[in-house]
Amino acid sequence: MSKLGLITKGFLKENPTFVLVLGMCPTLATTTSAMNGLEMGLATMFVLILSNIVISLISPVVPDKVHIPVYIVVIATFVTLLQLIMQAYTPDAYETLGLFIPLIVVNCIVLGRAEAFASKNSVGDSALDGIGIGLGFTVTLTIIGIVREILGSGSVFGWKFIPGDGILAFVMAPGAFLVLGYLMVLFNKLAKR
Amino acid sequence: MAAKSNLKNMVLSLTLVCLVCSGLLGVVYSLTAEPIRKAEEAKVNASIARVLPEGTGAPELESTVVDGITYSYYTVPGAGYAVISTVGGFGGPLSLMVGIGADGKVVNTVVLSHSETPGLGAKCTTDEPFIEQFQGWDPAVKRLAVLKDGGDVDAITASTITSRAYAKAIENAVKVYSKLMENE
Repeated sequence: MSKLGLITKGFLKENPTFVLVLGMCPTLATTTSAMNGLEMGLATMFVLILSNIVISLISPVVPDKVHIPVYIVVIATFVTLLQLIMQAYTPDAYETLGLFIPLIVVNCIVLGRAEAFASKNSVGDSALDGIGIGLGFTVTLTIIGIVREILGSGSVFGWKFIPGDGILAFVMAPGAFLVLGYLMVLFNKLAKR
Repeated sequence: MAAKSNLKNMVLSLTLVCLVCSGLLGVVYSLTAEPIRKAEEAKVNASIARVLPEGTGAPELESTVVDGITYSYYTVPGAGYAVISTVGGFGGPLSLMVGIGADGKVVNTVVLSHSETPGLGAKCTTDEPFIEQFQGWDPAVKRLAVLKDGGDVDAITASTITSRAYAKAIENAVKVYSKLMENE
């Protein structure tokens, strides 16, 4: 696969949210606004790229039977690093995302890419795969966040253009499922062409 | 692909990975400890500046026990007390900082942390008419309970439980203030 293809597949063919349907928990929970979706996507991308690089480096020497624990330790380390850095330099983002930052450890996307791609491919390709899937995840979460913010609060990235309260359900969990479902249908319909 | 497993290399690789990772975390922790402390301090100071804007000196953290609950409060020179008061809200603990001036009136309130429903109870951090009604609130004249319960607090639409908790938190802060006054 071409280098460019490694990055673009994260948007279309292997879009983590709409095609692979991985990492649904943070997807549904953190996309209450465009900004939250974007921040969550970037946080996940950071962990994904670094863990992909390290896992592709160490996978040839890791014994088969302990490879999952080793990968989890590596991923958990990067997540904790991220948590400390966010707490120190972006305390506001850290507060809004809260619990969902530590939960990146068990995000299926990260372990899934480690297993399915990074452990079998070169370091460079694994890094590109991390960037591609990470960007795909970020863009998708931002889109879901934008739709939910428009419908639920009448604003985009905190910029309010519809006065009033909006449709409250879209800020809460039922709206997350509705928006995700309709966007998934739309995406797969367009992607099939 | 992965190496063949035996007890020796399994133990060795896990130990090695854990050692390297914990070492790395240790380094980053010590590097970020100072900025994290500063960020938290800045947040507390910003809250104090909002609830008691007239404060002149450095606030001092103390604590006291009222009705079996321990409250932390800051003595702000030249302004009064900033009491941290936590009650059960709708979605979890609701933590407020309540600034009370020397005359016993509420100066301002700030939500420190909450887990109220987005779009409903979470409005207690943004709903201006709701927040502003507490500025200059005299607990000796007006009752800290929502209108529905016979008090004077105008609740947030569709968020009576959150509003009730907010009023309760301020009421508790006022109790702390009364106790501090008695001791003086």
